[in-house]
Amino acid sequence: MPDLLPEIQEIFRDIFDNDKLIITRESNASNVEDWDSLAHVNLVTAIEKKYKIKFGLGELQELKNVGDMIDLMKKKLAEK
Amino acid sequence: MKRRGLRRQLSAQEGLKEIRIAVLGGTTTNELVDLFELLLLNSGFRPTFYQSDYGRYYEDAVLEPEIISNFKPDIVYVHTCSLNIQKFPPISCTEGALPDFVEAEISRFREIWKSLEANAGCQIIQNNFEQPYSAVLGNLDTVSPGGASRFVAELNRKIAAEAAANPRLLMQDLNAIASRIGMNQWFDPERWFSYKVANSVEGSFAIATSLASMVAAIYGRSRKVLVLDLDNTVWGGVIGDDGADKILIGKETPVAEAYTAFQEYCLRLRDRGILLAVCSKNNEDVARSGFAHPDSVLKLEHFSAFKANWEPKHENILDMAKELNLGVDSFVFVDDNPAERAIVAAQIPGIAVPDVGSDVTRYASIVDAGRYFEPVSLGKEDLARAQLYGENAQRAQLQQQFANYGEYLDSLEMTAEVDTFNPTYMERIAQLTNKTNQFNLTTRRYTLAEIESTVSDGRHIGLYGKLSDRFGDNGLISIVLGRIDAADPSILHLDLWLMSCRVLKREMEIAMLDGISERARDKGIRTLIGYYLPTAKNGMVADHYEKLGFVLVSRDQQSNSTTWSLDVANYQPRSRHIRIMEKANA
Repeated sequence: MPDLLPEIQEIFRDIFDNDKLIITRESNASNVEDWDSLAHVNLVTAIEKKYKIKFGLGELQELKNVGDMIDLMKKKLAEK
Repeated sequence: MKRRGLRRQLSAQEGLKEIRIAVLGGTTTNELVDLFELLLLNSGFRPTFYQSDYGRYYEDAVLEPEIISNFKPDIVYVHTCSLNIQKFPPISCTEGALPDFVEAEISRFREIWKSLEANAGCQIIQNNFEQPYSAVLGNLDTVSPGGASRFVAELNRKIAAEAAANPRLLMQDLNAIASRIGMNQWFDPERWFSYKVANSVEGSFAIATSLASMVAAIYGRSRKVLVLDLDNTVWGGVIGDDGADKILIGKETPVAEAYTAFQEYCLRLRDRGILLAVCSKNNEDVARSGFAHPDSVLKLEHFSAFKANWEPKHENILDMAKELNLGVDSFVFVDDNPAERAIVAAQIPGIAVPDVGSDVTRYASIVDAGRYFEPVSLGKEDLARAQLYGENAQRAQLQQQFANYGEYLDSLEMTAEVDTFNPTYMERIAQLTNKTNQFNLTTRRYTLAEIESTVSDGRHIGLYGKLSDRFGDNGLISIVLGRIDAADPSILHLDLWLMSCRVLKREMEIAMLDGISERARDKGIRTLIGYYLPTAKNGMVADHYEKLGFVLVSRDQQSNSTTWSLDVANYQPRSRHIRIMEKANA
């Protein structure tokens, strides 16, 4: 499976309109500027569209950071 | 989905029209507004938005309307969905009890519209309700007075009736938009429970597309012309190779039926005022012979322009635009050939070239989904338009037989009605101020409310002009709006002077000058002050006031705008070729 982090970073850069934004596995809403609930909807929607996956209700609340999200995505992609 | 980059690119365009839009939502509207903004930027508008907090559509509109009125919106969009319905009737509801439930729900919306009208005085767009997300009574849900589906249908009928009776209220058919996508693809429960967004992102895009076309329509920017390729677009086969008797049209085969259905769709567009035109690479006589086919639904007389030759299509379309006196930004081009679509799209900025593919069964739904021809209301004007342009073609033929232009004008037997603004025509007047670009001295846009206020404030003289001739009625085609100087009541500033290009060179402007001068003189005005503010499109009227005998007062070196004056104390009427009917509706 390809490394998802660089691709996710691209999505973040587009949503936050910042070409220099660096995303790591430790990134989360408290250490990325502008990551509010509205940006969150856009992020989730963009990821769901790009990878053709769907996050279930509540699944996202469990996640602490981008690393957790990538792991969940990998699990979903493997199940496809 | 590079939304931000796209937004930056689109925002950099010049000449965008600024508009202010308040969105009052029963759901979280941010995603919808993001997409709406992109589509508006793409169609020539630069929107500024106010968004209510989630679910506060009623509070913002009725309880704290000063928030909206301070924002000074041009348009308020009230976006609610069936999840916002407060009280569904109980399953046990009887026929007799149902109307009260309907009234209770509708009266809340009526309050919203009333408050918005009183406080913001602008155009309101209200969507109706999509199907409820479950139908516990199954098929009976639409039949029984206690069914949720039945309730939604009743509400939608009411909203439509309110919109039909109130020109300030436009209804967006959310029910149809959602149905076309399909309720299972529309409703996204995760998004609703997590973010209070009721629909999928596809749904948001469809709502935004529809809204953008409504805004374009409100400002008179809907498209007006459908340009059609012939071979494999309006009939199957290549007429030059196969012969007129071999083209696929009619009801004999499935493929022929599909082309017939597309022709019927085009004819329905024409019936509601969209002009049809042909642009085909063919010999003209061969191309024309296709419409003599007994099964062809479209006939030659349905086309307002017909270009069949071997010149590049974009050149033909540009010529066509000149002949019809319309901007290419009001054209939609349909061709099965992707190479032709690409070159036309690249060579003609502003034309719409939907990717219709090459499958005739899809053409109509793809053109339809683009919402290019959105009307806000269906006036007699719209229904008669195709006929009007046909009459113009006859007039052009007649013109050739006269050496002397005045003789030609006399032969038209023109009659004009020139009178002060009255309620019958307010909508048409506002519409004209928003869509006239060429013969428009100041290009000032007015909303319906602004036009109405010029009548009530007593400080304006507003005149409309209608023109008919032996070929037909051109309708209301000219407006002059004068403002009495606040300090010196002997001066009238001509804030607006515009005319539809379909009556160019008919001396209608002289009839209008007669009208405004006489009424001004009656009010004790001695001087008319005219203004010409140049734009990219109104070069044709740079010498308008000079031709009418006004004297140049000043010229702004930077903008090239000019100011003119005319003494009307001893004005004598000048109209020679148009008979003026005084006070037609008195």
